[in-house]
Amino acid sequence: MNIPELLDGKRVCVCAGAGGVGKTTTSAVIALGMAARGLRVAVVTIDPARRLANALGLEELENEPRQVSPERLAAHGLEVQGELWAMMLDPKRTFDELIDRLASTPQRAAEVKANRVYQELSTAVSGSQEFTAVSKLYELAREQDFDLLVLDTPPSRSALDFFEAPGRLTSFLEGRALKAFLRPTSLGMRVLGAGAAPLLGGLRRITGIDLVSDLSTFFGLLGDMTENFSARAREVESLLHAPETAFLLVTSAQREPIDEGIWFRRTLQSSGLPFCGVVVNRFHHDLGDATDPEALRAELANLLDPELAAQVAANWSDYHVLAARDAANVERLAAELEGEPLLLVPQLDDDVHDVSGLVRVHRYLFASDDERARLIEDVVA
Amino acid sequence: MDYLLQRRLIFVTGKGGVGKSTVAISLGLVAARRGLRTIVAELSGHDRLQALFEPPAQNGGSGRPGAEHPYEEVELAPDLFAISIDPQHAMEEYLRVKTGPLGQAVGSTKLFQAFAMATPGMRELLSIGKVWELAQFERRTRDAEPYDLVIVDAPATGHGAGILRTPRTFAEIARVGPIAHQSGQIARTIADRSFTGVIAVSTPEEMPVNETIGLHETLLRDELDLDAVIVNARYPELIAAADTPVLQKGLDADPGPVIRAALRAAVSRQARASAQAAQQQRLQEAFPDRVLTLPYLFAPEIGLAELEELADNLEASLA
Repeated sequence: MNIPELLDGKRVCVCAGAGGVGKTTTSAVIALGMAARGLRVAVVTIDPARRLANALGLEELENEPRQVSPERLAAHGLEVQGELWAMMLDPKRTFDELIDRLASTPQRAAEVKANRVYQELSTAVSGSQEFTAVSKLYELAREQDFDLLVLDTPPSRSALDFFEAPGRLTSFLEGRALKAFLRPTSLGMRVLGAGAAPLLGGLRRITGIDLVSDLSTFFGLLGDMTENFSARAREVESLLHAPETAFLLVTSAQREPIDEGIWFRRTLQSSGLPFCGVVVNRFHHDLGDATDPEALRAELANLLDPELAAQVAANWSDYHVLAARDAANVERLAAELEGEPLLLVPQLDDDVHDVSGLVRVHRYLFASDDERARLIEDVVA
Repeated sequence: MDYLLQRRLIFVTGKGGVGKSTVAISLGLVAARRGLRTIVAELSGHDRLQALFEPPAQNGGSGRPGAEHPYEEVELAPDLFAISIDPQHAMEEYLRVKTGPLGQAVGSTKLFQAFAMATPGMRELLSIGKVWELAQFERRTRDAEPYDLVIVDAPATGHGAGILRTPRTFAEIARVGPIAHQSGQIARTIADRSFTGVIAVSTPEEMPVNETIGLHETLLRDELDLDAVIVNARYPELIAAADTPVLQKGLDADPGPVIRAALRAAVSRQARASAQAAQQQRLQEAFPDRVLTLPYLFAPEIGLAELEELADNLEASLA
């Protein structure tokens, strides 16, 4: 099993997982590898460190995909038959564009964008990145002619934020809670319905009048957009549920990301979202039997000076602690799967943060099972 | 670095997966050992702290990790408390204590709660408001004892910086009234560097280091700063770079499979260790005198023994 088999017939691949497990790297490798096989692929990433994007030749945040020059990839020994496009999402700009699209008039859009509450919403609030990422994905899927879209979900502690945060934000934007407060036709304080008067008193007392006024102005401005927000949210939902969409879990083999991953998969299943498999990064493969370190040290002493022999033996013991840990955690995850593939990428000798690193990881994710087994033997044994 | 424990409020942030919770609680253990009544507050909505004191979930566990939210203050060890902060819970408490019967009545309506929770930034403000309350000498919650130190296990870098900015933004938006007053108070507390500290946790790897440097720039723009950078999971010195050619020669001699694997693992360890050294150097240069280092622990899980070991390390470098 490998990535091309796993993504067979898919048009959208969403890479999700806890923070720090290699989502951005994995997304880039998948896009790169599928482009190498002849597809027209776009990878959408939110990569605050930017290093990876820079490696792909993207110097700044842009809200449209850019083609990665094939020469840049060929220089690292990867011939790209198709096209690789990449974009680094700027959440604030994407949000602004969304308002432009959904507002009834340009003037209304400008009013919303000038509102302080909106400015806070579009930058600082948790969920705004997730919301804009999914929204952008939807636009690309609908309007542009890519064979495959790969979405790197925003950095978060938990894989589930990707589902929960946009929902919170969408229900806010749809204004469910606010319809009770507001009459849809007018603006500002005067729109507060009569039934809201006692609540308003409470709000004044608790919040301060200017905030309430800013908020109701904002909600008033948003009023004629709520239908559009709802429609957009439904369309995005149906894209995520489509059979051409694949959710790929990216994880490391440590306990917490694996626990998260197990829960993530269950949540996907219960929400009817298409889960397609797991990539486990930085896996410490078991190097055969855990030889008694003392015997190993003695044997090494025939080759190396005694001090170095002791160090190599000590490292062997250290490594085996991690190999046993990784095996146990992955086993816990594997027991949950029902035939969905699980691909292991070993812990490499250095960090992956440039094209040559991506090409190294690519070999594991795109190899056949036999090739992968040989590669692993080559690295670790 | 001893000044760190003289703060009353410390935010611990960093890129996802670098070990923020582990570092936050180890720092909490150090403080508690010194007799400081300490609480570690988790803002991410996931209760990882208690999980660190518990065995791993069997067969994937019975539910979402950290599903049991202890929104109350829980004592984990002598002088060491933990709390998972939930905005909704924080709001109810705030209304109960602050606004009397009317506020409570208004606040308890579904409509009001939906309104407040839907307000952009309100969840963040309520969470940080609770953190602020924990750090007060005079707690507003009745009968609550004050803490000497509040350590916040904050969200990952980008959002972590946002949460520090939220009170100031609200103070500016609201201008007058209780929210302006309260947010202004919190913003001033955060800006007071003798009261509040910010620590970034990073692993000695390219991307987390980039993010730490980026976080520092963001904080400076907001007139805040990093008090310390804690490098987590640094491989202890074991095999010298000078020995690599010897190991390579051993590999070329085609030894048996086990020896070969052991030599290969040694070469790999050395390569990673020297890559780590280069990344650590970048942090040392960016933050002279502000970098502390914690070792990588070759342990199957981070449990209480490992936390104590990290606390030993921190204690030694704080001294």
